[in-house]
Amino acid sequence: MDTVKLLAPIVLALPFLMFFVLGLLGNKMKPNVAGILGTCGLSIVAIVSYFIAISYFWGFGRVGEEYSQEILFNLDWLKMSETLPGLTIKIGFLLDPISAMMLVVISTVSLMVHIYSMGYMHGEEGFQRYYAVLSLFTFAMMGLVIATNIFQMYIFWELVGVSSFLLISFYFIKPSAVAAAKKAFIVTRFADMFFLIGILILSYYTETFQFLDLTAVSGDHATLVHDRMCGEEFFGFLPAISTAMFLIFLGGAGKSAMFPFHIWLPDAMEGPTPASALIHAATMVVAGVFLVARMFPVYFFEAADVLTLIGYIGAFTSLFAAVIACVQTDIKRVLAFSTISQIAYMFVALGVSGYTSEHEACLGYTSSMWHLFTHAMFKACLFMGAGCIIHAVHSNEMSAMGNLAKKHMTITHITFLVSCLAIAGIPPFSGFFSKDEILVAAANKDTVLYVCQAFVAGLTAFYMFRLYFRIFWWNENESYKHHAPHEAPKNMTVPLIVLSIFTCFMWIEKFFPFFPDKITADRKTLDLEFDSVIAGASVLVALVGIGLAYWLYKEKNDKPDAIASKVKCLYISASHRFYIDEIYLFVTRNIIFGGICKAIAWFDRHVIDGFMDMLGWTARESASGIRDVQSGNLQKYALGYILGVIIIAFFVFCSL
Amino acid sequence: MNLPIEAYLVVSTLLFFIGVFGFIARKNLIGILMSVELILNAVNINFVVFNRFLYPNELEGMIYSLFVIVVAAAESAVAIAIIINVYRKLKNISVESIESLRN
Amino acid sequence: MDFDFIDYLTGQNIMFVVLSAIVLGCGLMSVLSTKILRAATYLFFTLFGIAGLYLLMNYEFLAAVQLSVYAGAVVVLLIFAIFLVKNLGHETEKVSCSKKGIAALASVLGIVMTLVIVFNEGIVPAVVGPTAPQVDMQLIGDTLLGSGKHQYLLIFEASSVLLLACIIGAIVVATKSKEEK
Repeated sequence: MDTVKLLAPIVLALPFLMFFVLGLLGNKMKPNVAGILGTCGLSIVAIVSYFIAISYFWGFGRVGEEYSQEILFNLDWLKMSETLPGLTIKIGFLLDPISAMMLVVISTVSLMVHIYSMGYMHGEEGFQRYYAVLSLFTFAMMGLVIATNIFQMYIFWELVGVSSFLLISFYFIKPSAVAAAKKAFIVTRFADMFFLIGILILSYYTETFQFLDLTAVSGDHATLVHDRMCGEEFFGFLPAISTAMFLIFLGGAGKSAMFPFHIWLPDAMEGPTPASALIHAATMVVAGVFLVARMFPVYFFEAADVLTLIGYIGAFTSLFAAVIACVQTDIKRVLAFSTISQIAYMFVALGVSGYTSEHEACLGYTSSMWHLFTHAMFKACLFMGAGCIIHAVHSNEMSAMGNLAKKHMTITHITFLVSCLAIAGIPPFSGFFSKDEILVAAANKDTVLYVCQAFVAGLTAFYMFRLYFRIFWWNENESYKHHAPHEAPKNMTVPLIVLSIFTCFMWIEKFFPFFPDKITADRKTLDLEFDSVIAGASVLVALVGIGLAYWLYKEKNDKPDAIASKVKCLYISASHRFYIDEIYLFVTRNIIFGGICKAIAWFDRHVIDGFMDMLGWTARESASGIRDVQSGNLQKYALGYILGVIIIAFFVFCSL
Repeated sequence: MNLPIEAYLVVSTLLFFIGVFGFIARKNLIGILMSVELILNAVNINFVVFNRFLYPNELEGMIYSLFVIVVAAAESAVAIAIIINVYRKLKNISVESIESLRN
Repeated sequence: MDFDFIDYLTGQNIMFVVLSAIVLGCGLMSVLSTKILRAATYLFFTLFGIAGLYLLMNYEFLAAVQLSVYAGAVVVLLIFAIFLVKNLGHETEKVSCSKKGIAALASVLGIVMTLVIVFNEGIVPAVVGPTAPQVDMQLIGDTLLGSGKHQYLLIFEASSVLLLACIIGAIVVATKSKEEK
């Protein structure tokens, strides 16, 4: 415990230090030195994180059947009020099961990405800058998950947004990358605005930012929130709690690319692939899930309607993204939509979850966090595998690939296959367990959601194996004659192997000690029977999806095109992502810019500017009217002086 | 029977405003300077009269008149030096021609 | 209060009226005169009359200073200045009527205002007439050069410094600068 307390600041301080060192001195170093320095720094962070997580889960954290919440340190950063101690923004370290788990996720994926990038980004201009921003991101993400108060979370929330922006726009000479970065930043900022408003409403009533106060539960209530906000109304007609919690969820939806804020994530693939693996697949995009999980008691007890809504938004998004993923041809976009779909899965799990083991579907919370963990590993592995493939064929498009299984990319091939099996939900890979638990939870609570999610599971299996077969089988691509694909260097394949080992064996507790029990939202352990019916059904669905993909894409044929032409309407609209981007453009360009803004601009230009111009005109005209008084003529001044004295004397005399 | 103090004050008032009139109406700088001397003398008369009529055993008013005379002499010396300099530069000592401070 | 004209017909008062007439008349002429040299002459007589008023009030020393400094020095200085400025002695000054009118208006307003105040304010009545015993020179000297209460050594010294500064200033201002030579 004391050792952990002593080591805890390293998790934040070291990445921040690396950011400064690499950011300020990076250009003075050789690129390799910067890369190795960053990687070494992150290795230390990873070791410390592992140490903290293991000693928490297997040591001081476990008290009987319950896990404790420990605050390792908590420094005052900004006092908002002298009288209300809760309204102090602190920078601290809250250790509980989900933050310990997130420490492992972030440090593992980040370390793998650091190693992988040494190969992938080799020789790129701005290599040192890339590593500096990676360190910044790691710092921000760590700060986000260990936040002791919602404002600390918000601060780091914005910092991950900034580092995401910097990484998407890494190739800033490409206009598309710049546009994507702007899009990502604006969309997430737009959502963060709601988050901030939500925080303000919540802390206005509860007079605290601290998570431990906000999420304290006694009986059937989230105590503080219930006492302060129950029955309060926002704007006179909105229930205050639900409004605040929904606004906070909207912030999470923006970061986690839930419908309708999902539009930024596919474009964010303009960034370097390892950065996409780290930020836009494994860690940052699950911040929204983490946020809802962090505030879960409040959602469950005081804003159950919002929680249900979260479940349905998640279900819709997962279906929507899965359908789009089936028809994309850019492999990174397929993965991006798959990410959206899988994160939506986690939201569904939270949406149906109960708080203690007495509530139905209490497994949802656990499975959501568990899926977050497994998804981070296999999705990072998939992205890095895609990176190796892109490295080999110099294109993102499926049409430039095919038959790579026979081209000596054995390691990439096997790890990619393992990850695909995991995401498709085939036992014994990790994705099966986490996804299965989500389906169990959904089945316990809401049949509609279960059917929807089971169907999405089939779609997931289909589009992932479509991707797999199109890349590794299909047929020989003609461009290989000019440039034969080759296996990636060791520093790129080793992370793939590590991550696929995680993917394969994560379910064995003894081997992998980071998530020892099923832990419900009240941090108690949970014993649940394995539901073989639902597991069997989901495996069956996944196998159907894989079989369909095998039938269509094993070898080059006309079947996919034929099917596409039969459901042309659906196919085209799905490949245009159901025109959501176009709708956004229409709304912003034509309605907001063209309609509202034009009217506002007219008002500004004519009424407000007109008023200001009138003031200026009045001042100018009156000045030119009276400027002759300032003639420089001594005698006029004397006259004015004398008359002034006479007037003053007159008044003084009259007043006597 | 002696004249009351007001009689003296009337004289000094009239003299003062004659000076003011000259200051405003005169065109040439030496004329203006002369008007200033009239104004100063009117003030001097007041000092002396108040001293003599109200506090005959004190000397303040008289001493102040002395100092005013000293200062006036100094002032007119400097003013005339300036006027002569102005004349050298502009070949003119009309007050309207001196406006270089204006801009 | 019955007003008896005869009571006021003393030599003292006659002298006062005569001197006042000289002061005001010459003062007025000095401002109205269009020829600057004549104005200077009228000014000389005005200052002379004022010296007479001082004498009337038994301030011999002040009257002497008035004569020597004002009438003797300042007016002479003015006349020299007039002669130094070419043709000024022969020029007639033309001032527009509106300017004169405005100046006259301001002056009349001021006179009315001041006189109303003078006659209404109830100034503490004169405890003595204008002919108090004349001031002893010894006393004036002590007052000017003493440093006690009601004594003015400091101001005396300050005015001596002022005069020195004026001498230097006048020389500096009036000397032709090198470029002009």
